[in-house]
Amino acid sequence: MESLLSLFVKSIFIDNMIFAYFLGMCSYLAVSKNVKTALGLGVAVTFVLVVTLPVNWVLENYVLKEGALKWISGDLASVDLSFLSFILFIAVIAAITQLVEMVVEKFSPSLYNSLGIFLPLIAVNCAIMGGSLFMQQRNFPTISAATVYSLGSGFGWTLAIVGLAAIREKMAYCKVPDALRGLGITLITVSLMAMAFMCFSGLKI
Amino acid sequence: MAEIKNNPLLTPLNLNNPLTVQVLGICSALAVTSKLQPALVMGLSVTVIVAFSNVIISLIRDTIPNRIRIIVQLVVVATLVTIVSEILKAYAYDVSLQLSVYVGLIITNCILMGRLEAFAMSNGPWASFLDGIGNGLGYAGILVAVGFVRELTGSGALFGFKVIPQSFYDAGYMNNGLMIMPPMALVLLACIVWYHRSKEKSLQEN
Repeated sequence: MESLLSLFVKSIFIDNMIFAYFLGMCSYLAVSKNVKTALGLGVAVTFVLVVTLPVNWVLENYVLKEGALKWISGDLASVDLSFLSFILFIAVIAAITQLVEMVVEKFSPSLYNSLGIFLPLIAVNCAIMGGSLFMQQRNFPTISAATVYSLGSGFGWTLAIVGLAAIREKMAYCKVPDALRGLGITLITVSLMAMAFMCFSGLKI
Repeated sequence: MAEIKNNPLLTPLNLNNPLTVQVLGICSALAVTSKLQPALVMGLSVTVIVAFSNVIISLIRDTIPNRIRIIVQLVVVATLVTIVSEILKAYAYDVSLQLSVYVGLIITNCILMGRLEAFAMSNGPWASFLDGIGNGLGYAGILVAVGFVRELTGSGALFGFKVIPQSFYDAGYMNNGLMIMPPMALVLLACIVWYHRSKEKSLQEN
């Protein structure tokens, strides 16, 4: 239980998807112009992460890993399907994103309109795929660890995008050099935020 | 001028650069550039994958139903990425370890989906191939530039070889450890954007 809590805090602050690994940068930069939309996208990303990661964990541990097929019969113990992991992971992610898109379109048309093109693009959001690949690399022992990790990463991502959106809303009133306006100053803001997050790196619970 | 403007091979190198103008594929660009070698390998892998996935999608674009096109594109890209990743593991194992998850993340690299959607779905195979090569090289160029500065100032080396002489260190010179940390990649990219946009005034945003 304690290790789960520490994993949760670690995935929010120390291994933050944006500030430590730059995952999901494209939509992060493009949709962070106002807080409300940013929050919507953050929630959508968190939701898709929390749904896809456990599914991919099951796939990884019962289908893909070397010896993972043992539960079918002993003969398959030496089969290693891990080269298929990219294709299977992305298929799961794309299918679930499509599902989320349909649900959001039905229940919250205003959110659907404001997220626009970025909802289908969650499928190609690096944060989602990155979550699954990190799960594979770090070899989480249980499905609950994988779920907690996905929840923490999603929270961290939401925190980052809402923070940036709030700063950019204020920055609209500032006089920025012409050539830095838009992308340039946003990148510098993100880097300052990333430096601030580096302070968490010694944190332990 | 008009000819150059519409040239699929050359515009992505400058006026329509995938990183600094289209803002695509920033994730991997920042993460793999703490050293020059992985940056170069990453740039080349992305170039190859963009070019070939562009060609494949452009060849089958008339047969793909519109509703499921994203999944079709993802499968094509994922297959190519799997091939590249296996090749890297076989012939450049050290680099593939350094790139870790970022090879797999080429699948979700926005450059790929962006170019497939914006170009390959509506153009012929040869033009798409050129567009892929152009965008890949535009991306690789910036990766190498960022990687060069970060490795030189951060570890005093290029491709892993020390280039800053020992006498400098004896005289009190120190490597700037901050350059290897993630935030500096963002600052360097911002500087490139800044320089690029002050040269090309048409790109400035209001």
